[in-house]
Amino acid sequence: MNREIINLKNLSKSYNIAGKPFYALKEVNLSFVEGEFTGIVGPSGSGKTTLLNIIGSLDSPSGGEAIVLEKNISSLNHSESARLRNYNIGFIFQVFNLLPVYTVYENVEFALLLQNFSQDERKKLVLQALEWVGLENHKDKKPDKLSGGESQRVAIARAIVKKPKILLADEPTANLDAENAHSILKTMKKINKELGTTFIFSTHDEKVMKYLNRTIILKDGNIEKETKK
Amino acid sequence: MIKFIIKGILRDRSKSIIPICVISLGVFITVFMTGFVKGVLSEMLTTNANLDTGHVKVMTKPYYENKDQIPIDLALLELSSITQDLVSKFPDISWVPRIKFGGILDVPDASGETIIQGPGLGLGINLFDTSKGEIERLSLKKSLISGSIPKEPNEILLSHDFSKKLNIKPGREVTFFGSTMEGSMVFETFIMSGTIRFGNPVLDRSTFIIDFTMAQKILDMGDGTGELLGYFKTNFYEDSKALKAEYAFNETYKKSEDEFAPLMVSLRNQNDLGTTIDLVGSFGSIFVSIFVIAMSMVLWNTGLIGGLRRYQEFGIRLAIGESKNHVYFLLLLESFIIGLIGSFIGTFFGILSCYYMQETGIDIQDALSNSAVIFPTVLKAKVTNDLFLIGFIPGLLAMFFGSSLAGRGIFKRSTARLFKELEV
Repeated sequence: MNREIINLKNLSKSYNIAGKPFYALKEVNLSFVEGEFTGIVGPSGSGKTTLLNIIGSLDSPSGGEAIVLEKNISSLNHSESARLRNYNIGFIFQVFNLLPVYTVYENVEFALLLQNFSQDERKKLVLQALEWVGLENHKDKKPDKLSGGESQRVAIARAIVKKPKILLADEPTANLDAENAHSILKTMKKINKELGTTFIFSTHDEKVMKYLNRTIILKDGNIEKETKK
Repeated sequence: MIKFIIKGILRDRSKSIIPICVISLGVFITVFMTGFVKGVLSEMLTTNANLDTGHVKVMTKPYYENKDQIPIDLALLELSSITQDLVSKFPDISWVPRIKFGGILDVPDASGETIIQGPGLGLGINLFDTSKGEIERLSLKKSLISGSIPKEPNEILLSHDFSKKLNIKPGREVTFFGSTMEGSMVFETFIMSGTIRFGNPVLDRSTFIIDFTMAQKILDMGDGTGELLGYFKTNFYEDSKALKAEYAFNETYKKSEDEFAPLMVSLRNQNDLGTTIDLVGSFGSIFVSIFVIAMSMVLWNTGLIGGLRRYQEFGIRLAIGESKNHVYFLLLLESFIIGLIGSFIGTFFGILSCYYMQETGIDIQDALSNSAVIFPTVLKAKVTNDLFLIGFIPGLLAMFFGSSLAGRGIFKRSTARLFKELEV
């Protein structure tokens, strides 16, 4: 049985809006095991992105606990959060968030610069990651010369190059057409199977559903339904 | 990592070229304007000192009180012993005597009858004692329009405008009519050696120059002089030193009962130059301060905007795993490097332009043709040591502080919000 790597207990997140608390997440209880390919589904404002941000230690909970890889997110300082992300968590964003002045190769390499790899090791890992996403021939291009699908593949390569245990993808197919969306999802599925990386998506894209092993439906910050294949 | 970030900055013009240009321009203008204001002030002091006031001037007290009338009857006597005394007391000052006197220059025909005459201001200076440096100080060789500098005691040099008024050319005889120190009439014939243009309307109207010893002789002054001018050996007017010398010298004669006792007056205390020095100095300082503050604010803002524009990038870097401290440190390092490059370029071109303006200047002679004050006819900048820092320091620090302020957002905002900022 795969080990549990994420455990959320009574997790809440509230924001103060016009003097009144607004709950993005309300006492959410969830756990994820290694190698899952899970989608958090729900309409805009349901709390999907907030949930991913807390798991990724980009945000901290207002209440409850988020234990990620045996670390309590609430008790981590800036450096410990950064270290957790650097070594264990990869991110894929809806808007790709590539650094426009760097080439495809450099965008992917950037993630490795923080881990003190030698230049030769970096080169090997970057080329391997680009091969995974089928962009080895585009390594010298700048992001503005890439299509949406290619840009998202670079973002995937950047996320997987350091071989993280968890990969968080926030609406990764929202800006892609159907063909590119399917292609990206197939790539992710392949990585999930071959590298054992845990994928957690936030999405409200119907195309994603058929690829998921587990679907968690969020509504107004609460888990409405959960299904497993 | 640092190499990687610098590569990114160099590729992104909005992060490198534009801030560097803004800093360079701000630093350049500050350095140039400071050098120019200082140059004009310095040139004004130099012109006044060389032509009239010296850095300090020794006269008799009554001569000083009536100096507008050029009263040679109130001249300073025992020049040799006073000079000796001054040299021993103030070894960093060189002393040169000058006699200013009034009279008429008459142009006779072959039979000695007057063709034309006109009133002039005579100046007796050391023309033959090169150690006194008067020819260089008054730029006589540079100012020569026709003929030559007097080589014989009976030769006279006229301002070019005066010679045109009298309609005479070098080689012509002219007769000086005036009065001696004791009030007797004096007539002396000179040969006109050449004409000069001082570049100063006051002196260019009707000045003539003869040798100091000749002036002493024809004016019957013995070992006397109208004025004894002191110049710091550095050739720069140093206000505090001049005031100290003035105070020390005048203290010696404070209790003297001799009504013709010598009096030392510093440049500051002559011709209302003190007010001018203070006014120009204050306006210069205010102007430069306003400029430095304005430039600092612009550069600060550049750093601030530059930092704010990059919140999304910071967010991505944080998401990838870079620590907040590291992102902040690199932001400060970048702004320091950009500030350093911009400040260096701005200072270099600022000083280069000041040097060019120091050597060439802007000629405003036409605008001063009717001026009654001694003001430099060529406005020049001056390269001084402080120009290296006046723009460099604000250029370096303003951007750095702007970025450090903008970078505080890295810590204040939650990481999740950073890459949402400015998201398109």
